[in-house]
Amino acid sequence: MAVQKNMDPKKCPMPVQDPMVRRNNFEEVALGYTYEMAVNEARRCLNCKHKPCTTGCPVQIDIPAFIERVANEDMEGAYQIIAKSSSLPAVCGRVCPQEKQCESKCVRGIKGESVGIGRLERFVADWHRENCKDAPAVPEQNGHKVAIIGAGPSGLTAAGDLAKLGYKVTVYEALHLAGGVLVYGIPEFRLPKIIVQKEIDNLKAIGVDVETNMVIGKVLTIDELFEMGNEAVYIGSGAGLPRFMNIPGESLKGVYSANEYLTRINLMKAYKEGSKTPIKHSKKVAVVGGGNVAMDAARSAKRMGAEEVYIVYRRGMEELPARKEEVEHAEEEGIIFKTLTNPVEVLGNEAGEVCGMKCVEMELGEPDASGRRRPIVKEGSEFVLDVDTMIMSIGTSPNPLIRSTTPGLDTNAKGCIVTNGEDGLTTREGVYAGGDAVTGAATVILAMGAGKAAAKAIDEYIKNKQ
Amino acid sequence: MYKIVRKKELNPTVTLMEIEAPLIAKKAEPGQFIIFRAKADSERVPLTIADFDREKGTVTIIFQIVGGATMELNTLNEGDSLQDFVGPLGKPSETDGLKKVAVVGGGVGCAIAYPIAKKLHNLGCEVHSIVGFRNKDLVILEDEFNAASDKLCMMTDDGSYGTKGLVTNALEELIKEGNEYDEVIAIGPVIMMKFVSMLTKKYNIKTIVSMNPIMIDGTGMCGGCRLTVGGETKFACVDGPDFDGHLVDFDEAMHRGTMYKEFETHAREASCNLLNKEVK
Ligand SMILES: Cc1cc2nc3c(=O)[nH]c(=O)nc-3n(C[C@H](O)[C@H](O)[C@H](O)COP(=O)(O)OP(=O)(O)OC[C@H]3O[C@@H](n4cnc5c(N)ncnc54)[C@H](O)[C@@H]3O)c2cc1C
Ligand SMILES: Cc1cc2nc3c(=O)[nH]c(=O)nc-3n(C[C@H](O)[C@H](O)[C@H](O)COP(=O)(O)OP(=O)(O)OC[C@H]3O[C@@H](n4cnc5c(N)ncnc54)[C@H](O)[C@@H]3O)c2cc1C
Ligand code: SF4
Ligand code: SF4
Ligand code: FES
Repeated sequence: MAVQKNMDPKKCPMPVQDPMVRRNNFEEVALGYTYEMAVNEARRCLNCKHKPCTTGCPVQIDIPAFIERVANEDMEGAYQIIAKSSSLPAVCGRVCPQEKQCESKCVRGIKGESVGIGRLERFVADWHRENCKDAPAVPEQNGHKVAIIGAGPSGLTAAGDLAKLGYKVTVYEALHLAGGVLVYGIPEFRLPKIIVQKEIDNLKAIGVDVETNMVIGKVLTIDELFEMGNEAVYIGSGAGLPRFMNIPGESLKGVYSANEYLTRINLMKAYKEGSKTPIKHSKKVAVVGGGNVAMDAARSAKRMGAEEVYIVYRRGMEELPARKEEVEHAEEEGIIFKTLTNPVEVLGNEAGEVCGMKCVEMELGEPDASGRRRPIVKEGSEFVLDVDTMIMSIGTSPNPLIRSTTPGLDTNAKGCIVTNGEDGLTTREGVYAGGDAVTGAATVILAMGAGKAAAKAIDEYIKNKQ
Repeated sequence: MYKIVRKKELNPTVTLMEIEAPLIAKKAEPGQFIIFRAKADSERVPLTIADFDREKGTVTIIFQIVGGATMELNTLNEGDSLQDFVGPLGKPSETDGLKKVAVVGGGVGCAIAYPIAKKLHNLGCEVHSIVGFRNKDLVILEDEFNAASDKLCMMTDDGSYGTKGLVTNALEELIKEGNEYDEVIAIGPVIMMKFVSMLTKKYNIKTIVSMNPIMIDGTGMCGGCRLTVGGETKFACVDGPDFDGHLVDFDEAMHRGTMYKEFETHAREASCNLLNKEVK
């Protein structure tokens, strides 16, 4: 059935909560397309034969095929196409940096705006969750056991794929709740936790065991996981160890790592009335850094009632590594961007509390090895930013717990687990790894893709062993 | 879920609980800790592993009721279960090569010091224990320390039991008597550990302290437990909790420990009100 194409050069806008309202609540900002909007937006897709968009997607979702189903109002069919390549579409549709991935390759983007691929993906996933109540089919067991370390997107994806192939899969998670960064880092207003919970419930429904409160390396080692009858182990332990700047004053009361701030708010629910988790109710907050994590911390601080929230970033607006949409949303919510600015010292009062942040202005010099123009300090530009809280969001690295308790597991200078680069095989036989634990802090879709590739490799490895 | 198999009140503010946690019991070593959540919406709170029984599969915790989370834990009884119980976290205390050690415990810190004294004693090390309490009613683990020590000095602030004075007085006396310790292990309030470390610095005796900053995850993810040790930032949950007392910035640790004072006071009052209601 041929449908009328929609030649509007612009994407159908995403309905959002009003900025002045949403900056006071933790409900989701982007409300999602309606059925009509989705169908209408899908009809902007030209169904290109050579599928350039698909090459921009790290897991190669057959984008024109699923969008065509949406245009024809076959939502479940669209879902089944996406599900072949992605196990967390409701998550990726919300948090993928689409403008750098699939949508950057879309031909409609040449003369106007690209097709809203991420938004359509989100719509399809949400539609499926709300309308398709069939319990997932429980696969037949093949009698082999695999252990997964870490219940983030990478571990959960590997677990799901292996369970579908008949493996008995156990996921070991250090925290009391599964989900990784999706539950402790990314805030409710960007990714409602019920969506993550639903994905985990689906995994449990197909027979995956999720054991929380299990810090591998402490309560069990990888060697013991093998002794327990697991034939392979997948490490998806993420990159949770926060970095600090090593400037004076970083231990003052009121200096948080973004992980601590966001964990208190998300995992420990400090944003809810009557929560037992303490958190500082700040008036003026500086968030140092320019990535998604920084945006999340800043927007959370605003929602916790801060009057002034700054993003302090040493390069310019153009260089902000965060998703474009998050930067726009942050600006709309009144976050103040102090770009080309770098902190040099945190100032404290007698009680040991933060009372200001000494900064210098920066200018951009020659491009460095990464091709980005290197920020250099402007002489005599020192000034003090009046803040009572500082949130450090300058990156994280993989946690040393596993590498220090697993003989024969090689890591590089940055603490990332070394793999063969293709399917996640580490320097230990039967041990695979992927996601942030291997790449350092990256994206949900890359972590998921790594979990998928490793699941396939683990299946082949175990089959060939017999 | 983690079942409470034994509960015993050691004094009006300190409770002992033995918890079913076979995997943790199998691995636990003195110096390590667990993080518990009493109920589904509770805070995550760290407590030292005071004892463990590998055969029975149990872990013992001893806690002082100081605020909301510990009050809530104390409302649970034998047969009830804790929502979460994760460990063993942190590095075990080092005991290699120690021949003669002074173990200094202050208040509920004695619960943390006891397993180390016991281990050293079992390894054949000469153990001098100095334990301090505010008054007689607060004394805990006296018999246990007696059994694990070659010498025990019982100190109280007000002299209502043992000798009147501070643990540092007793320690200095022992040192002056000519006792040569390979190491002093001090565990208690930060201020006590600070003064013990200042004293031993004077006599140039290696001193290990067990730090107890505010924690959340206990796995090195949040950085909330950071301390400055020898000018470097350390995370107590993964790099410690034991550190060289001569290198720790105690003043900073004390400041950071008061971060949520106001909030805690509210939480404590809220819990008290709740408890009072339950009693009626
Ligand atoms: C605040 C924030 C915002 C972000 N925003 C975006 C975004 O908008 N878009 C995007 O694509 N990406 C975003 N990211 C990045 C993305 O979330 C990560 O790249 C992704 O979650 C990595 O997945 P993972 O499975 O490798 O690790 P994680 O999600 O980190 O999960 C690892 C899990 O392993 C557990 N673990 C660690 N050690 C052990 C152990 N020893 N034993 C047992 N369990 C262990 C951890 O507790 C954790 O649950 C964001 C990250 C943060 C922090
Ligand atoms: C590694 C480690 C081992 C510990 N072992 C023991 C133990 O064996 N027995 C014991 O009684 N206590 C121990 N503590 C201290 C115990 O965790 C705190 O007393 C507890 O968190 C208080 O919680 P609350 O809600 O009842 O009190 P709150 O009202 O939260 O606080 C009361 C007091 O405890 C301090 N405190 C608050 N939260 C924490 C926290 N998460 N960690 C440390 N201190 C905190 C506050 O600064 C305050 O002075 C240990 C702490 C650490 C870090
Ligand atoms: S998974 Fe991400 S990159 Fe792939 S199509 Fe969806 S939004 Fe685009
Ligand atoms: S490139 Fe754009 S228009 Fe072409 S198939 Fe992909 S989404 Fe559709
Ligand atoms: S408790 Fe979070 S890093 Fe130590």
